[in-house]
Amino acid sequence: MSLLVICFDPSELSQVAGFGASFGTYDVLLLTGEAGNAGASKIHVANLVEVPPADNIGKSVASVAANYTHVAAVSSMRAKDLMARVAGINQSAMITDVVKVFSETEFERPMVAGSVLARVKAESTPIVMTFRPAGFDKTVPGPNGSVESISISDTGRVKRVSTSARQGGRPDLSQAKFVVSGGRPLKDAATFEQVIGGFADKFGAAVGATRAAVDSGIAPNDLQVGQTGKVVAPDLYIAAGISGSTQHMAGIKDSKLIVAINKDGDAPIFDQADLGIVGDLYEVLPELEKALS
Amino acid sequence: MKAIVPIKRVVDPYAKVKPTADGAGLDSGGAKFEINPFDEIAVEEAVRQKEAGRFTEVVVVSVGKGECEEQLRKALAIGADRAVLLETQEPLDSPAVAKVLSEFVAAEAPHVVLMGKQATDDDNNQAGQMLAAILDWPQATFAAKTDFAADKATVVRETDSGEETLELPYPCLVTTDLRLNEPRYIALPGIIKARSKPLEKRPLASVPAPKSSVVSFAPAPARPPGRKVGSVAELAQAIKDRGVF
Ligand SMILES: Cc1cc2nc3c(=O)[nH]c(=O)nc-3n(C[C@H](O)[C@H](O)[C@H](O)COP(=O)(O)OP(=O)(O)OC[C@H]3O[C@@H](n4cnc5c(N)ncnc54)[C@H](O)[C@@H]3O)c2cc1C
Repeated sequence: MSLLVICFDPSELSQVAGFGASFGTYDVLLLTGEAGNAGASKIHVANLVEVPPADNIGKSVASVAANYTHVAAVSSMRAKDLMARVAGINQSAMITDVVKVFSETEFERPMVAGSVLARVKAESTPIVMTFRPAGFDKTVPGPNGSVESISISDTGRVKRVSTSARQGGRPDLSQAKFVVSGGRPLKDAATFEQVIGGFADKFGAAVGATRAAVDSGIAPNDLQVGQTGKVVAPDLYIAAGISGSTQHMAGIKDSKLIVAINKDGDAPIFDQADLGIVGDLYEVLPELEKALS
Repeated sequence: MKAIVPIKRVVDPYAKVKPTADGAGLDSGGAKFEINPFDEIAVEEAVRQKEAGRFTEVVVVSVGKGECEEQLRKALAIGADRAVLLETQEPLDSPAVAKVLSEFVAAEAPHVVLMGKQATDDDNNQAGQMLAAILDWPQATFAAKTDFAADKATVVRETDSGEETLELPYPCLVTTDLRLNEPRYIALPGIIKARSKPLEKRPLASVPAPKSSVVSFAPAPARPPGRKVGSVAELAQAIKDRGVF
């Protein structure tokens, strides 16, 4: 058994130790940035300026991965894009969104919008996985055994002509300790930014949204939380004007404390929130901001 | 330009699904089955491209049991030209589906494969990328906007931190995200008309063995019941008491 964890940037290095420990020792392939503590036996540093499109580096990454029985990455859109391609190239089994490791071949993962946990068995190696760090110990990784540079080649077949990243300094949703999310009733982008964004900035929180909010142009797409958006696991999740659909709850189940603000006392979110208040979010949020400050 | 759209039959994404008592299977309480919502978006996109004169033919394909015919008919009603059911009773995982589809796609030789980014039943998000890998085609996953010009495809795709725009040579594979389009409503006449469109059933002599399988299903643990508080002051206090703030 040998495990390689692929990290897209150094921010992921601190998230691999808990998962990696389930396998004993592991190596890391870091695609961009400088090596930091990851608790790896060996860290291969590719030193790419940015991560190229999955197609362009798929084969090169797959050839590194081919030296291992198990290859994993922290679950994210970019990981799903690249890792499934690598699995296809190496004809690997693939397990998406692993939350528990039972053995070298058996894993637990959520399905059907998080309503079911499946125990999945890989029938053959190699095995490619993406995993959710929230399911594993938050072990602070020690130093790496050795650091080696490695060359990942870019075929250039797919051209990236532009990127538009979210503006401004808010914490990354998937790693945030405190998330405030808004739903459909937030009217428009300016209201969302002022009411949800304003509240979040007071406390250094990350901002999230429902699909309904994103679809109606109230919130940018990368803020969508849920089955088909981001999965968050903060200490505190405040849901304002969110009904509590299965698809949204799939993304917030690992939160320590879920607080719901909804003007409809029968909204399904109250069944799953730890604390709920029936009220108008436009009144409750400003008052709560004062009370918590 | 010809497009292939692979579609999957899934249980209604709004149905309540739970494990059976023995944990060996899933019980969706007799809910109806649908085209996987992301695949339906892919069908819609391909049909719009045809209506705009970009694509000349849209072929939908599904791998699975005879009952998938229902979803293929719906795709024909949306506006696909013909459908093929690669029929098997065997269980398939994403690598097996990708392998079966790769042979179909190689024979059909389209310019574009458009398919959903993930199925809402197994939530795997694998098959498209695996298919692109086997074909050695360029891929753009999580498409939010497409432009299929004569010489290249331009895809705006969703990323973890926003969006990016990629240019891909043909042939290429694109997986769809939710915001790409809103599938049209199909009225009854469309469904009736689709009955006369070609739907070919091809039994698969053999399918690749799955590389993974589900051993058992368990319900996701329910969160302990919460409580409603009567005032904002009480809420703030309760949040502080939990020590998470
Ligand atoms: C394939 C698929 C994938 C999906 N993936 C996701 C996903 O990843 N994430 C996601 O979020 N959804 C997803 N959805 C959509 C999901 O099913 C719901 O439609 C969506 O989550 C609803 O968003 P909402 O709670 O903002 O809106 P609504 O359900 O409309 O709820 C709005 C709530 O706000 C309350 N409200 C209104 N005004 C106020 C006010 N002034 N103050 C306080 N409360 C107020 C209302 O009482 C209501 O409960 C998916 C759906 C499908 C089919």
